[in-house]
Amino acid sequence: MRVSSPLSITALAATGLLLAGCAAPAPSDDAMPVVPTADGQFTLYSGRDEELVQPLIDQFTEETGIVVDVRYGNTAELGALLLEEGNATPANVFLSQDAGALGALSQAGLFTTLPDDVTSAIPAGFTSTDGSWVGVTGRARVVVYDGERLTADELPDTIDEYVSDEWNGRLAVAPTNASFQSFVTALRVLKGDDAAAEWVSALADNNPQIFEGNSQILTAVDEGAVELGLVNHYYWYGAAAEVGAENMRAQLKFLTPGDAGSIVNVSGAGILNGSELDADALEFVRYLVSEAAQQYFVEQTFEYPLLPGVAAPEGLPSLESLITPGLDLSDLDDLATTQRLLADAGLI
Amino acid sequence: MTIAPARAPLWLAGAAIVAASAAAIPLVYLVVRAAEAGLVAVIETLARPRVLEYAANSLGLAAATTATALVLGTAVAFVLTRVRVPFSRTWLLISALPLAVPSYLAGYGWLVVIPGLNGFVPSWLLLTAVTVPYVTLPVAAALRGASGDLEGVARTLGRGPLRAFLVTTWPSVRPAAIAGSLLVALYALSDFGLVAMMRFPTLTWGINAAYSASFDRAQAATLALLLVVLALVVVTGERAARRQLPRAAARAVAPRSVGRGMLVSLLPVVAVAPLIGVAVPLLALLSRLLDAATLRAIDVPRLLEAVGSTIGVAVAAALLAVLLALPIAALAARYRGRLVTIVESVGYLGHALPGIVVGLSLVFFSLAVVPALYQSLAVLVFAYAVLFMPKAIGTMRAGLGDVPPRLVSVARTLGMSPWQAWWRVTMPLALPSVGIGALLVAIATMKELPATLLLRPTGTQTLATELWNRTVVFEFGAAAPYAALLVLVAAVPAVILSGVRSSAKEEL
Repeated sequence: MRVSSPLSITALAATGLLLAGCAAPAPSDDAMPVVPTADGQFTLYSGRDEELVQPLIDQFTEETGIVVDVRYGNTAELGALLLEEGNATPANVFLSQDAGALGALSQAGLFTTLPDDVTSAIPAGFTSTDGSWVGVTGRARVVVYDGERLTADELPDTIDEYVSDEWNGRLAVAPTNASFQSFVTALRVLKGDDAAAEWVSALADNNPQIFEGNSQILTAVDEGAVELGLVNHYYWYGAAAEVGAENMRAQLKFLTPGDAGSIVNVSGAGILNGSELDADALEFVRYLVSEAAQQYFVEQTFEYPLLPGVAAPEGLPSLESLITPGLDLSDLDDLATTQRLLADAGLI
Repeated sequence: MTIAPARAPLWLAGAAIVAASAAAIPLVYLVVRAAEAGLVAVIETLARPRVLEYAANSLGLAAATTATALVLGTAVAFVLTRVRVPFSRTWLLISALPLAVPSYLAGYGWLVVIPGLNGFVPSWLLLTAVTVPYVTLPVAAALRGASGDLEGVARTLGRGPLRAFLVTTWPSVRPAAIAGSLLVALYALSDFGLVAMMRFPTLTWGINAAYSASFDRAQAATLALLLVVLALVVVTGERAARRQLPRAAARAVAPRSVGRGMLVSLLPVVAVAPLIGVAVPLLALLSRLLDAATLRAIDVPRLLEAVGSTIGVAVAAALLAVLLALPIAALAARYRGRLVTIVESVGYLGHALPGIVVGLSLVFFSLAVVPALYQSLAVLVFAYAVLFMPKAIGTMRAGLGDVPPRLVSVARTLGMSPWQAWWRVTMPLALPSVGIGALLVAIATMKELPATLLLRPTGTQTLATELWNRTVVFEFGAAAPYAALLVLVAAVPAVILSGVRSSAKEEL
């Protein structure tokens, strides 16, 4: 897998500079060793589901002998929990479903800087720019549609066309959901705030079907209740694994590469402040971006591996083809403006 | 007639204030968080057009659900206690069952049947179906105690049956009906699972979105405070509606026989809520189970462990909630005044807030005050008590209020101290209502999810968290046994509940 190299080099350099700036430990006298120590166990807050993640953790424990205490929850709740706990958190590592939560925790200064070998394993654009967290898997924004009423050819290739009269009352969206908001931010970065505001208000005027989350949109489309909607790609694969791909009424359409409607979002992990010297925690984060773990995600969750050299799940367009030039995940940090835009349009 | 002493005894007022302080923890937390953002941000959040819509939706849903639950619950209770219905005891039990079904499960089941279901009407009907036992059960209990003879008199004097009911029987069941309605209203205000499924955006959506998409705790706190204000409106409304009325003399009335045609036409009234709230969703889940590819060997030890911890936390939460609710209920049953009003209103607030807010407030509180207990069962059980003690306050207040003051006076003249008289005379007579409160708390605890996820000791699973674990990854096959067991386990207290009488007055 290749990623536009100038971008990654700049980011690497930036990461290096930041590392030099931030990672220097507070002045420590000789009595205090700063060598990472291991006690053979650590605590993980996992915003990803137990059914998906636990087998990977078992595999990790088998290989390393390190015991992982896992607290499962959804990413939003665990993010709020970590913000509330602050430095008192019992967690050493946070595994997050989306980059938004990682960005928020990073902004609150709750993450320690990861070592260079971990952050540099993942190409820039799919990980943090300051080394506070590392991208683990990628998920593409897609259009999900009712295969019994529509064909892929009938669907537009760019997100702009989905707010035209033709789709009035037919498109399902989840405006209060983090991944939708990331997409709107991408739209702002790529086309400018005015164009994004125009798109959002066109959407609001087009009688969208408002849902609370991606999986509900998928279920509704699959049952024929709604014709089409905007979701992340892997929900479809999860549902297909349950009922069999041939039984899926819902189908996916990837939009034109480079379009804001086809951006790739990431899940990722970070080490919490105070655990920078926990060798077990570090080993786990390193494991997440190893070939073994990346391969596991490809096979079990149908997500994009972010580690160069690991092939994407079969039947998916390549990650390279979905790379959006001129868009960096760190650009998606500015949620406040996006939310104001959505609030003005009456969507949130 | 109750002659209320002017002032509550100090020990009672003190205990009630302590209990109310526990209930006030979420409120303090919300104020702290909202204040961090500053007034400008708070106003900005509240001024969003969508927020107004959220609030209007919350209030509209709560009002509509409460109204239908009140009418339907009273009607069901009346049919089951005043008409000779075959298997009336079984019917009462069936009418308690919707309590055992978590609202999100009911919503999910209905979506399997009618995928396009969404908006106000289905949210309203489903919420009514799962909350109506809060009215049915206390009203049925009160009706079994209330006199129906006056009603016969009223009818011979030329009143229609409805009019006769409203004039004579209604006053005696009104306190029970109103207390139940308050629980329905608070449930509707705080519900997130069902409205999310039914795509009806209420304030709880806004609160969840503020946590999950914006990671903005101040904004979430602002919206939650708006929800608190709505809850206060509801609680105040209930207080106004609950003006003490002279209670009809307690006398049980034998159910009267009606014709077969009449019985058949009454049946739908009794059956509608269990049908909508229990039968349809569960059958739909079953059908989904048969389709699923993930039907796999059930991990029995793990399942049993979840059952064990679910029952364990539910029993502990019920005990603690009753203990906290007791002084508040005792105070509100006999005394008036500003302090009583405040203490009682604050006691109800926890139930109006979504679990995530109460959960986070106790993260904040326990880390600040008892860090050693953080992520222990103690804090989790305490959170349940804060969330659900309102379910005990109302019934216990009614139960304690029904104890004839003259009995207490007699005990006092026989040389008992006020405390002794309360403990040896009042408490035993009010015990059934304490039991009802405890059962309601236990049921709610078993179904609770968001606060459980936040506060449980790492690794502890309840049936609700296990169910959640599986539904988030579409593993309906693997989820079904947990869903079935959750409803089954929660049905046990619900069944017991349908048999408890609200107060001891029948025995008097």
